[in-house]
Amino acid sequence: MFDKILIANRGEIACRVIKTARKMGIKTVAIYSDADKQALHVQMADEAVHIGPPPANQSYIVIDKVMAAIKETGAQAVHPGYGFLSENAKFAEALDAAGVAFIGPPKGAIEAMGDKITSKKIAQDAKVSTVPGYMGLIEDADEAVKISNQIGYPVMIKASAGGGGKGMRIAWNDQEAREGFQSSKNEAANSFGDDRIFIEKFVTQPRHIEIQVLCDAHGNGIYLNERECSIQRRNQKVVEEAPSPFLDEATRKAMGEQSVALAKAVGYASAGTVEFIVDGDKNFYFLEMNTRLQVEHPVTELITGVDLVEQMIRVAGGEPLSITQDDVGINGWAIENRVYAEDPYRNFLPSIGRLTRYRPPAEVAAGPLADNGKWQDKATRGKDFAVRNDTGVYEGGEISMYYDPMIAKLCTWAPTRGEAIEAMRNALDGFELEGIGHNLPFVSAVMDHPKFISGDMTTAFIAEEYPDGFDGVELPEETLRKVAASAAAMHRVAEIRRTRVSGRMDNHERRVGSDWVVTLQGQSFPVRVDADHDGSTVTFEDGTAKRVSSGWTPGDQLADINIDGETLVLKVGKVSGGFRIRSRGADLKVHVRTPRQAELAALMPEKLPPDTSKMLLCPMPGLVVKLDVEVGDEVQEGQALVTIEAMKMENILRAEKKGVVSKINAGAGDSLAVDEVIMEFE
Amino acid sequence: MKDILSELDDRRATAKLGGGQKRIDAQHARGKLTARERIDLLLDEDSFEEFDMFVAHRCTDFGMEKQRPAGDGVVTGWGTINGRMVYVFSQDFTVFGGSLSETHAQKICKIMDMAVQNGAPVIGLNDSGGARIQEGVASLAGYADVFQRNIMASGVVPQISVIMGPCAGGAVYSPAMTDFIFMVKDSSYMFVTGPDVVKTVTNEVVTAEELGGASTHTKKSSVADGAFENDVEALAEVRRLVDFLPLNNREKPPVRPFFDEPGRVETSLDTLIPENPNQPYDMKELITKVADEGDFYEIQEDYAKNIITGFVRLEGQTVGVVANQPMVLAGCLDIDSSRKAARFVRFCDCFEIPILTFVDVPGFLPGTGQEYGGVIKHGAKLLFAYGEATVPKVTVITRKAYGGAYDVMASKHLRGDFNYAWPTAEIAVMGAKGATEIIHRADLGDADKIAQHTKDYEDRFANPFVAAEKGFIDEVIMPQSTRKRVSRAFASLRNKQLSNPWKKHDNIPL
Repeated sequence: MFDKILIANRGEIACRVIKTARKMGIKTVAIYSDADKQALHVQMADEAVHIGPPPANQSYIVIDKVMAAIKETGAQAVHPGYGFLSENAKFAEALDAAGVAFIGPPKGAIEAMGDKITSKKIAQDAKVSTVPGYMGLIEDADEAVKISNQIGYPVMIKASAGGGGKGMRIAWNDQEAREGFQSSKNEAANSFGDDRIFIEKFVTQPRHIEIQVLCDAHGNGIYLNERECSIQRRNQKVVEEAPSPFLDEATRKAMGEQSVALAKAVGYASAGTVEFIVDGDKNFYFLEMNTRLQVEHPVTELITGVDLVEQMIRVAGGEPLSITQDDVGINGWAIENRVYAEDPYRNFLPSIGRLTRYRPPAEVAAGPLADNGKWQDKATRGKDFAVRNDTGVYEGGEISMYYDPMIAKLCTWAPTRGEAIEAMRNALDGFELEGIGHNLPFVSAVMDHPKFISGDMTTAFIAEEYPDGFDGVELPEETLRKVAASAAAMHRVAEIRRTRVSGRMDNHERRVGSDWVVTLQGQSFPVRVDADHDGSTVTFEDGTAKRVSSGWTPGDQLADINIDGETLVLKVGKVSGGFRIRSRGADLKVHVRTPRQAELAALMPEKLPPDTSKMLLCPMPGLVVKLDVEVGDEVQEGQALVTIEAMKMENILRAEKKGVVSKINAGAGDSLAVDEVIMEFE
Repeated sequence: MKDILSELDDRRATAKLGGGQKRIDAQHARGKLTARERIDLLLDEDSFEEFDMFVAHRCTDFGMEKQRPAGDGVVTGWGTINGRMVYVFSQDFTVFGGSLSETHAQKICKIMDMAVQNGAPVIGLNDSGGARIQEGVASLAGYADVFQRNIMASGVVPQISVIMGPCAGGAVYSPAMTDFIFMVKDSSYMFVTGPDVVKTVTNEVVTAEELGGASTHTKKSSVADGAFENDVEALAEVRRLVDFLPLNNREKPPVRPFFDEPGRVETSLDTLIPENPNQPYDMKELITKVADEGDFYEIQEDYAKNIITGFVRLEGQTVGVVANQPMVLAGCLDIDSSRKAARFVRFCDCFEIPILTFVDVPGFLPGTGQEYGGVIKHGAKLLFAYGEATVPKVTVITRKAYGGAYDVMASKHLRGDFNYAWPTAEIAVMGAKGATEIIHRADLGDADKIAQHTKDYEDRFANPFVAAEKGFIDEVIMPQSTRKRVSRAFASLRNKQLSNPWKKHDNIPL
């Protein structure tokens, strides 16, 4: 086995690989760019080599630099993680030439699967079910229409080199096929420098389900069952789970066996993933094979107990697989949520900056993976559910603009899907993340969405369920009451503490009462709080009561509350005169008042937020570099108005529509906060 | 006998209605509460003891003798906030528009005299159309009587003004001399002369809101220390402020039970200072991570944002914080920030509130605007305030401490008790580049040489150790241990005794 390996990656995946290497007694080498000097993977590795400036194309994906780092440190093998050089045949070739092992498949397999048309041909030859379509090159629009008719509408017109939705069109008739062919071709030429186009059947009610395979260099291959990744936003996976709530045993077996056949057909030897699209009738079609470790591999590990990184390292070291297909089972259910530095309230705009607070929920080891060694070293041992958080950041660290905005992969495992979802809800509620915008509220909302809970989703889930984006969660009445009861109990504790201030008039102290009115989400709940040693009983006007107990003390930012025997985790902050409480994707201002205070508060006018449609608001905190217009100027749509520098990047803000500048509130050199009004229009 | 007792009830009921239900409804319609409702919210439940409920004016001109409502437009008395005594007056806009008469002023003066005598803060809830014109000079005399008491009470008991309606003309000068002024957004305004007079005299057309609304006074004029959305929120936040303040200048600042480990380590502070010395960071993160429970009561949040002032607690005890804010104007000192911080430091010193200073200051803002505006004298206010303060003073230099601004920011030389620096501190006369260009003027044409000189200067001075060698820095501390170090420092200073030479009063460069 290797003594030392280099991880040609960064972030959570580099940390993930280091954990397993450490468990196996292998020394690790990290590489890092200028932006990652203080990154977690650098701190965790035994050695670290600097490989250049922040942009990946000047550091992480420059083969020569990585090769130099290997030479410098004497690493015997390289784990590429995902992305960067992980599916780069040239890199595999360079390693080969240098006599360094690549912890991944052979070069030939990477090449064969790297091209969509080639891979589909190989798949067909290996008797893998593929989407009906025309594999050859299509000359012109007439041919495209002819082929489309042969396949039958709807069809998808795709660029051979495409990805991420670019160069892709769906056509429902001849005219759309004609237009789609031309625009795909143009886009492909511009984006990829390769205008080859192919056409295939467009699958309706599609679900994205993929098979994890594992092969060694001795001709053995197994599948580790499936992962479902249908919850995607613009082809970016957000929620993954294993197993799929949709597959039956026969389909699973067929998909698994075909996947192994495909892997064997290309001489695969490592962990790999065969992606399928599955329609509403459980017909499955091969999409592509990813010749690397997938982002979402932890869910497979959680239900099978197999450490995929360990297997990859062993296979690269020439060992035969020690597990057979019969050893692989499905034990329980695992869910992964990708925590992204993307602000769901601003149309998932990437958010960068300092993590002023980063406290993920505590890891809990349970289920198959609990017996899998020590790499989850700080995890406490649990029984009913597991929490795993793969991350590459820490409190006080920086989310940089140069790389993927993923902060962490939060996974839960439990014996059943329902329990895994419930564990995930609590884990998300207990995930403290401040300083940047992030998608925690959004994924929390997904965890409570009836379609997700039922398992009845397609890859269009986000586009269909959140067509206008995400603007927060309205809590249902029952949850609202739980939050209200908790807030009342917490407020009482905080108010009693206030009465213990020094300098009071003896014998004339303030007495904190039992009757309160909790106002949140536009509703008011009069309650009575009766406290005893173990907690509080909060009684509502209708006579129903909730029993609340918690170790919360004033100032705690997380309240782990036991309410009638169930867990409710609240993030507790301050707003003027009340609490800011976040839970289950909702972000609430909560006021707890005495009946008299509530009576008077009810007299206060509701202030409508100012109409910002005729204002230019600052979209991010930054510095005004220059103003391009003056008061009285008539501006056209798209005209540059002001340049804001944020995080060393100049951002030009443009007019959204025609108008006349009536007022300018900022000048060059001013620093602005988010949503500050820069200028107003008539 | 029963009739006599019920006569009291009847009179009280009438007095409590102030200007009558119709006017109360009108007050509510404006989004404002009545004088008594406000007192209900300000004080602990059932703690209010009223004075002079039946006082009526003595004016006989203009038919005023026919209208003599009990209380005369102001409700006065005392009560408690979380069990601690405060005096309060609350002007009643439903009675003659809250206008100030001779007797109205006398009521205010009475509770102010008691407050000074008994050592408790005075909180004024202002909602008044101005002087009672019918009374003429008697009303003006009333104002002056209040002014004189504001002045005598200053530095003896905390005085807080909440502007909850109009406050115009001479009336503004009473709040102006109190320690803190808060305003209610959209329903309060303050100005010496109103929009009509402004238009007549200067031809400027301006609304009351633009001329003297909460936004104007918190952002532009710095007259107000804070603004709140409505009456309910404003009074809740005043209660919160009172929890931080001592009742008088003979008492130590209050302490309350706390749920936060004084030794709490914040490893994230080790990465607060960016690698690039010109990149800003948010000083408020440091303040909230050092404070008990992250609780920070900011004063003048929206004005001169290049300096931050406000109250926190350490080990349950109030501490005033002054900190440069690198996010705004690189945290430099200028006229506005010097004035803002100087007044805050003097408030803390008056009332024995220890001062914690966080320093990241590149110097004073240059320019004709500053020099013509008198930055010399305004900057000197902060210097003077720090130098004369005898309360415990703990200072932490996080990054830059350049030039005269280093001296000003509670340096060792101004009787700082504990002067700490982070390893990232740079204590020098100026930045390396500027210094090199002066010291090595002869090499100015040679970029390589200048670069080398700059590097040499940085190596020598861009650190806290030169100052530490001289004892100007008591200790270089790890950022993550800041809470623990400053908590222990203040704990060790609880019995500090220091007094200035006898003087009638000093002559701070006003």
